[in-house]
Amino acid sequence: MFFRHEKIETNVILMVVLTLITVSIGGLVQIIPLFTIETTIERVDGVRPYSPLEQLGRNIYIREGCYLCHSQQIRPFKDEVERYGPYSLAAESMYDRPFQWGSKRTGPDLARVGGRYSNDWHAAHLVSPRAVVPESIMPAYPFLAQRKLEFDDIARHLEALRAVGSPYSDEMIAKARVDLEAQVTPDADPTDLLKRYPRAVVGKFNTASPAITELDALIAYLQVLGTMVRFGDIPPDRLRQ
Amino acid sequence: MPTKIEKDAVSGQDTTGHEWDGVKELNTPLPTWWVYTFYACIVFALVYCVLYPSWPSLRGHTEGLLGHTNRADLARSLEAQTKSRAAFVDRIRTTSLADIRKDTGLFNFALAGGRSAFQTNCIQCHGAGGAGSVGYPNLADDKWLWGGEIGQIHTTIQHGIRNANEKSRQGLMPRFGADELLTAAQVAAVTDHVLSLSGRAKPTPEGAKVFQEQCLACHQADGKGNQELGAPNLTDGIWLYGGDRDSLYRTIFYARNGSMPAWGERLDEATLKMLALYVHSLGGGR
Repeated sequence: MFFRHEKIETNVILMVVLTLITVSIGGLVQIIPLFTIETTIERVDGVRPYSPLEQLGRNIYIREGCYLCHSQQIRPFKDEVERYGPYSLAAESMYDRPFQWGSKRTGPDLARVGGRYSNDWHAAHLVSPRAVVPESIMPAYPFLAQRKLEFDDIARHLEALRAVGSPYSDEMIAKARVDLEAQVTPDADPTDLLKRYPRAVVGKFNTASPAITELDALIAYLQVLGTMVRFGDIPPDRLRQ
Repeated sequence: MPTKIEKDAVSGQDTTGHEWDGVKELNTPLPTWWVYTFYACIVFALVYCVLYPSWPSLRGHTEGLLGHTNRADLARSLEAQTKSRAAFVDRIRTTSLADIRKDTGLFNFALAGGRSAFQTNCIQCHGAGGAGSVGYPNLADDKWLWGGEIGQIHTTIQHGIRNANEKSRQGLMPRFGADELLTAAQVAAVTDHVLSLSGRAKPTPEGAKVFQEQCLACHQADGKGNQELGAPNLTDGIWLYGGDRDSLYRTIFYARNGSMPAWGERLDEATLKMLALYVHSLGGGR
C-alpha cells in the first residue's frame, strides 16, 4: 500500500505532528490573505474612532444587550438597501470592538439609524418604547435616564482602545473628559470636539435630567451610527468587490 | 501487521484484513448511494471553484469565470427596479404636485409610493396611520402646525423642523419660566388664560395681561396661532404635549420645540413628493 496509515495510527507523536500540519494549512489559507489583501477593508473617508461620549454609549449598548435584537449590518440585498440605506462597509466597523454585524433582527437594523430620528424621539422611545411606537415589543429602559454616566476613567478607556488599534491621538486622550462634557453641554463650544470628532452630534440628549446620564451617552452613540461615511462621495466602482 | 482479507464464516462478509491481538473486524462498505453522492459533492465543489470566487491568494482572490459579486448583483437589481419605475418616477419628478393629483394613474402610483416611504421613515413618530402621539402631531386630522396645503407639507418634509438644515422651519417658543422671563405666578396665570381659550377655566385680568404682553406675537390675540411660525392654535382643544393644567404649565415654563429631520437630505425629490401627496391624502390636507 502506498500510504501506510498503520504507521500513523501506532505513533502518537507522528499523528499529533501530522494533525497539526493538516489543520494549520486550512487555517493559514483562510487567515493569511486577510492580512495582505488590500480589498478586505475598502478605503473610505470619514470613518473615525468614537468620541468619548459615543464610546461610553456604545458600552451601554453592549451592556444592555441591544445586539441581541438589533444588528448593525445592512447586507447588499435590494430589500435591505431600500429600507435601511447603503449597505454596510467593513471600514465602517473598523473601530468597533467587537463589531455588531449580524442578521438577528427582532428589532430593526441600526447600522444607519444616526440622524434618522430626533434626540427627543430617542429619549422618549428608550424610556418608554410604546409611548411613540404602540406596536413595539422593545423593553423599556427608563433607568438610563436616571443613572449618572460614570466617566472618571474615560481617558484610560481610550488608551486601552488605542492599545488594540484605535487611532486615538495623545491630544484626544488628554482632552477626553473635556470632549465628553462638551458633547452633552448645550452652551459649550463644540469647535474643538468637532475638529477631533467630525460629525459628532452635540446636544443635551436627555432633557429630563440636568446631569450627564447614561441615556445621553447612548443617544449620542445611536445618532452617529452610519453617518461617518458620505456615500454620495464614493465612486461606485470603488465599492465593487 | 498482516493484511489478509478473509471471508467471515458467520456473516459471509469480508474482513478488513487487520488483526489486533487476534481480533479481526468486518469490512462493511459505505452504501453505494452515499459514496456517489460524496463524489458528486466533490465534483460540485470543483466546478464551483472554477465558476465562482473561491480561493484566496495573497493579493486578492480567484474571481471565477462567472465574475459573480453580491454588490454587482445588487447594483443590477436596483437598476432594473429603477428602470421599471422610471416611467412613473420621472413624471412625478417633473410634474407639479397639483398636476400629479389631476392624473389618476400617476396619483395612485404616488400614493402607493408615499405610503411605503411613510412606513419606512415616518411611522416611528407619527404612527402607522399618521395619528401621532404625545409630541408628534396627528397628520390625519385637518389641524396643521405649519400649514396643510400640499406645498407647505412638502416643504416641512423636505427641510424638517428645528434641525441643523438651513431652511428648516425654525419658530422657537421661549422658556418663559426656566429663563426667568416670567415668574411662576405669571406662568400659572397665563396657563389659566390659555385654558380659558378653550373654555376650561375662567379668564383672569392677570393672565390676559401676560398673554397680551408675551404670547400674542405668535399665537395671535384670539389664540388661533400662526402657521408661518409654527405657533399652534390654542383654542381648538388639540394639545401636542397634553392639555391638562400641569402639562400646559410645563409647556409654558420650559417650552417644547419638537423637531423633525430634514428628509430632503435622505430621500430623493420624487419620494418627497410622493410622501407629501400621501400625507396630504390622510384626511386633513387643505
